[in-house]
Amino acid sequence: MAITLSGDHALASPPLSARLTTPQVWGIVLLAPYLLVFLAFVVYPVGYGLWLARHPASYVALWHDPIFARAAVNTLIFLLIGINIKMAIALFLSGFFAQQRTWIKWLSVLFILPWAVPSIPTILSVRFMFNPEWGVINQLIFKFTGEDGPNWLNDPAVALSMAIGVHIWKSLPFWTLILMTGRLAISHDLYEAAEVDGASWSQKFRYITWPSMQTLYVTCTLLSMIWTLGDFNSVYLLTGGGPADLTHVLATLGIRYLRLDQLSLAMASIVCALPFVLPLVYFMMKRLSR
Amino acid sequence: MKLPTLREIGTEAKLLLIGIPVLIWTMVPIYHMFLFAISPKEDAFSGKLWPTHPTLNNFSIVFHQQHYFLRDFWIQFFNSVVIALSAGALTLMIATAAAFSISRLRVPGGRWVMNLALFTYFIPAAFLAVPMYRTMGNYGLLNNHWSLILAMVTIASPYAIWVLKQASDKLPVELDEAATMDGATTLQLFRLVYVPLMMPSLVAIGTYAILLAWNEYLYAFLLLSKDTEITLPVALGNFLAADDSPWELLMTTGFIYALPPAAIYYAFKRYMVGGLTAGAVKS
Repeated sequence: MAITLSGDHALASPPLSARLTTPQVWGIVLLAPYLLVFLAFVVYPVGYGLWLARHPASYVALWHDPIFARAAVNTLIFLLIGINIKMAIALFLSGFFAQQRTWIKWLSVLFILPWAVPSIPTILSVRFMFNPEWGVINQLIFKFTGEDGPNWLNDPAVALSMAIGVHIWKSLPFWTLILMTGRLAISHDLYEAAEVDGASWSQKFRYITWPSMQTLYVTCTLLSMIWTLGDFNSVYLLTGGGPADLTHVLATLGIRYLRLDQLSLAMASIVCALPFVLPLVYFMMKRLSR
Repeated sequence: MKLPTLREIGTEAKLLLIGIPVLIWTMVPIYHMFLFAISPKEDAFSGKLWPTHPTLNNFSIVFHQQHYFLRDFWIQFFNSVVIALSAGALTLMIATAAAFSISRLRVPGGRWVMNLALFTYFIPAAFLAVPMYRTMGNYGLLNNHWSLILAMVTIASPYAIWVLKQASDKLPVELDEAATMDGATTLQLFRLVYVPLMMPSLVAIGTYAILLAWNEYLYAFLLLSKDTEITLPVALGNFLAADDSPWELLMTTGFIYALPPAAIYYAFKRYMVGGLTAGAVKS
């Protein structure tokens, strides 16, 4: 590109086509399909959805819907209790699976199954296991005690705990695998040195493992929170939001309003989650886009 | 043979004490599904841990569509296959082009696009579903396979671009320079140098997108509704609506539906675990 310094138009920039090299033009062409998908299926829907959720009346209606309050509380229970239990187990099991044993390798092959297979057949399988009349759990209870077992999914607190259990069952393998990758990256020399100094199991965890994994653990927990907010299957397929709409979370509640053709309420219930989601997203983007 | 010391036996016992509950916890719902699939109807409801007369009869009923719930089994199976493969191919094309553009051609604004993609990756799936359902209606795509394919491409692409960009940043820049010196055009560079070198990551991403689309329930359930247009998971969900659901057939269909992703996962495990976990969380 030649830039002339003489004449009146010296400071006017050359036309765009002259400033771009051929590879850059190709770069734009190759990037265009993704940008189109992003504009058509992310920007437009999100903008349109926010526009639908603009009426304060929707929020007033939500506030007066007791199901919404319950769903918000359930979502918080899911996030604060469910995820912390899940991540703590994942951290513990990552140590177990990091052990060099043939049988543990084989177990890890099976352990990944809940994550690899689709949710619907397995969650329906759990649902049927707990069926009060024909489910295997109550069949066994009857066999051993001679009494009928409880109607598991009929108590909202039990049903919600079971949905959390299903969520843990499904996503535990993934987080265990990620945390195990983190654990295997810790230098073995550190543990050997600690061994020589006679460090106990808990001391090794406290002074070597945890400090090396702390950031990874926090990142995983936050990412898991975002994804759990979008987890529709665990609750919908197990309880359907019932009994009496008491086990909804925000993800299933939004879809419930959508199915009832109350789109502005559906969007408003999602907008209510934004104050929680956006700081998480901001933090994750800052950590991952470095 | 060296006899194990008392301490080694103790460690092994402790590990088993963790391993056995983990095995039970992992396998019970899957085993329960399998048990139903191989049990005749009367055995399935008896609470036995192994059927007295295991049978493949349920599979035969499903494959021959001998129940009114299963009238369209093969069409629905085929729908699932077409949608998963299309979503996988399209995601792969769009994401590879974008990653090449951002990482190798250093297109202006590439970083910005990466951040946009990352932002999409962090929108909870069920939250995006609500406005996307309405938008697909506006585009006139509801009850059309394209709606689900495009939705899956939208959800899979950000992660795909991100993983592929991480991988392509690791390729030495000298390769591109050498190829350009030899007179390769940009497209030749893409086709003859970039794509072959990226193969392992491409396999991982393609598999990821196919599994994502095959396993998807929520979007499929919202976007498709005609019996001959729906995918297998939606058909399974519809079983539930009936009071007298044939559970042994539901579990058999579910088992058949769960097999391909498990098989694909194990076939490509080597690529997937490396490619996906490396990209998933950078510590």
